[in-house]
Amino acid sequence: MVMKTKKGAAISIATMVSPVTLWMAFFIAIPLLYVAVMSFCGTDENYNVVFRLTLENYRRLLDPSYLQIYMQSILIAFLTTAFCILLGYPFAFLIARTKSRKKALLYMLVIIPFWTNSLIRIYGWRTFLSASGMLNTLLMKLNLIDTQIDFLYNIGTTVFGMVYCLFPFMILPLYTAIEKLDINLLEASSDLGARGASTFFHIILPLTASGIFSGSIMVFIPALGYFFVADILGGGNSDVIGNLIERQFQSGNNWPLGAALSMILIGITLLLVKLYQKCGGDMESLGV
Amino acid sequence: MEKTKIVEIRNVNKLYDENHVVKDLSLDVYAGEFLTLLGSSGCGKTTTLRMIAGFEQPTDGLILVEGENVADKEPYERNVNTVFQSYALFPHMTVFDNIAYGLKMKRVKKKEIHDRVMEMLELVQLGGFEKRYPSQLSGGQKQRVAIARALINNPKVLLLDEPLGALDLKLRKQMQLELKRLQKKLNITFIYVTHDQEEALSMSDRIAVMHGGVLEQVAVPLEIYESPASKFVATFIGETNLFEGRVVKIEGNSVSVMVESGMVTALGEGFSEGELVSISVRPERMNYSVTPVEGFTIEAKVREQVYVGSVIKAIVELGNGNEVKLERLAGQALPMDGTVYLYWGENDAKLLRTPDNEFFQAVENIQMC
Amino acid sequence: MVRTQKRKLKKGLGVGYCALIYLFLFLPIAVIITNSFNATTSKPYMTWKGFTFDWYIKLFDNSALLDSFGNTILIAVCSTVLATCIGTLAAVGMYRYRFRGKGVIDALLYIPVVIPEIVLGIALLTLFAKTSIPRGILSLVLAHTTFSIPFVVFNIRARLTGYDNSVEEASMDLGAGKVETFFRITVPILAPAIGGGALLAFTLSIDDVIISYFTNGQTKTFPLKVMESIKSGVSPDVNALSTLILAGTTLLVILTQSNLFKRRK
Repeated sequence: MVMKTKKGAAISIATMVSPVTLWMAFFIAIPLLYVAVMSFCGTDENYNVVFRLTLENYRRLLDPSYLQIYMQSILIAFLTTAFCILLGYPFAFLIARTKSRKKALLYMLVIIPFWTNSLIRIYGWRTFLSASGMLNTLLMKLNLIDTQIDFLYNIGTTVFGMVYCLFPFMILPLYTAIEKLDINLLEASSDLGARGASTFFHIILPLTASGIFSGSIMVFIPALGYFFVADILGGGNSDVIGNLIERQFQSGNNWPLGAALSMILIGITLLLVKLYQKCGGDMESLGV
Repeated sequence: MEKTKIVEIRNVNKLYDENHVVKDLSLDVYAGEFLTLLGSSGCGKTTTLRMIAGFEQPTDGLILVEGENVADKEPYERNVNTVFQSYALFPHMTVFDNIAYGLKMKRVKKKEIHDRVMEMLELVQLGGFEKRYPSQLSGGQKQRVAIARALINNPKVLLLDEPLGALDLKLRKQMQLELKRLQKKLNITFIYVTHDQEEALSMSDRIAVMHGGVLEQVAVPLEIYESPASKFVATFIGETNLFEGRVVKIEGNSVSVMVESGMVTALGEGFSEGELVSISVRPERMNYSVTPVEGFTIEAKVREQVYVGSVIKAIVELGNGNEVKLERLAGQALPMDGTVYLYWGENDAKLLRTPDNEFFQAVENIQMC
Repeated sequence: MVRTQKRKLKKGLGVGYCALIYLFLFLPIAVIITNSFNATTSKPYMTWKGFTFDWYIKLFDNSALLDSFGNTILIAVCSTVLATCIGTLAAVGMYRYRFRGKGVIDALLYIPVVIPEIVLGIALLTLFAKTSIPRGILSLVLAHTTFSIPFVVFNIRARLTGYDNSVEEASMDLGAGKVETFFRITVPILAPAIGGGALLAFTLSIDDVIISYFTNGQTKTFPLKVMESIKSGVSPDVNALSTLILAGTTLLVILTQSNLFKRRK
């Protein structure tokens, strides 16, 4: 660390760090605090936010129809995370351990789809899976089915869409963790008599667990909020918490209730991040 | 000729939080000399160098360069330049741009910059390398660029922080000679930091030995070796045999000391009876006899002798199991059986006071006998 | 023999598995590209009616769509520049100095990374509503800058861990002031990381749906235009524009990547 004369250092720190401090204070800290305050407010008859301390919004959060959606949303997020791990781990392992020069290309190919707008890609799936879509046409041409099947508009397709949208957020940390794995350790393990499976459970899995943890954080939390996936592929039959919030801020116009619903997401996020840190997770690896 | 002081360090202390890394350091550096700060890692030598460069501020005390207090001067305002241990070459610039950097900062004209850089490249024997990038250079070449980049600014003082530490032994020897040659040729003051005592002894005009943040001794290399001022200097520079004991008799300059394994004699002034002292004797100054010698009663048995080219290194064992090292010329082997009596000439031993902080340890050692 | 056969089988399985995953990733893109050449003119534009280039031409008559694309680029450029400047200063400043309150800044930077986008979206919406910041291009730029800053900071920070402070000391030792050192030494050395962070900020911005959805007012970005058209069926000219954007970004990244590669050499 360079430590300058006290005064000089103070000036340098101020010029370098105050822009980010002010920006993050004004656009992150204040709005989130405001949302927290708003969750205790009410509205007047014109849906304007009125400042009066009330627990009304929190009482409404316990509405059975809401409770059902929380459970559904958590189930969707859980299934999404599980599928991302199960599908993603072997895949990340295979590309991270590729020895040839194709490795960089294989890695880039995971990212390239995400340069196309995610909405339109989800819509692409809808086109593909719809009753009159390509999959049905294909299956009928192959005489595998004789009536159109509607694949869409259920929890299954919502989970499918979530997995699709969030897949790279699982792959990238897994890839990083697996790439760091020292090949000598695997050789040492098999040298010491471990078979493939025990090497995997005793060596590989513990050493790449950090990647699984950060990937899970980056998949589970957004899956609670991705309302547009549930809209496009779930067709209103498999809403997530994000849909509830979206409705209050766009059509429902009850901002305080929306704020209270957001507090649930903030709470879950804080809880999971704390858990992640407890497990030795590094915050920095979430952002890169 | 009167020597001019170019850097004066006066009662400088440096603390990092609770950590006192430089303790009340006072040191004068004279114009044109090659001064080495020598010590093991963590002794405060690099911190001292960095305070002269301006990267660190003394907690208290003064640093003067050419008689001027530099406390308020930023590194870029000081007429001293540094050669960094890691070279710190700018990776995104060519060799030419690296060396030209300091002159560019001084807004020197382009033509002049070009000529001076080319001249400097020749001086460090890197002609033709100006278009290369640091990543395309070997360790030794990087080192030369780092030196050229600092020297081109005609600094009053060049600070070198373990500049040869990353080089292999052969290259290091070669660069030592070259640095010395450059220093004499350009007549620039060098302050050189190293932990390598051989490097210090072979290159320096004077050596300042530091230990635990304290300046132990400043002297010419020969004096450092022949007459170490402290127990630390005696053991850190070269090999030595150290005896700890208590003064029992003083006759003029001759001091008799009772050590664990017997009685010995050495020259010394200002000691008093009963005082705890150490005696340092270099292996090549240690002598033996098969018959007892007056003033010495240390008996030993020869344990092993090894021929190392032109000399024999012998280890003898004292009654208490301690080892003493001797060096003789080849062909003067010690008798392998029987008892030998160790002794030394008046000028071959150095009598050292026990520092206060080691007093109790010393008492304990002596009481054990 | 058995062992080599087993290995071959294993390898084959691996390649097959990866191929399936890539199919999963690229299939909707294939659908988009295919549909951009679909000659159908009736909603919801899902059945194949033959091949045509018409949509690539009609695209240029759809001014609302082109405007939304223009907005997206404008917002992405502005927010990328802002986020890159603020983020670079912050990353270097926080790496170099220890000071009180650093942990708080860190925590604030982690928030946009972990919190669901919808929460950030509605939080910014309430802020813009309360402070009467007009919702439109300006609010979108502010919002996009906000979620981009952390990614720029973390990208640069990841590179800084191997960064040798002594090059800056060397620069000052050779007579360059702090500002000069920052622009002549720090920024050029960190250029690949800064570029990477900026690229990330840019892609995040052009792809953003959720936060824009809450903070846009009447202004439409391309993703929001897509969202609007989804209800009635996305017309093939939107697919055509998406295909062009994909081609453009792919080209851009290939170019910048090779550029970064050269610089590192």
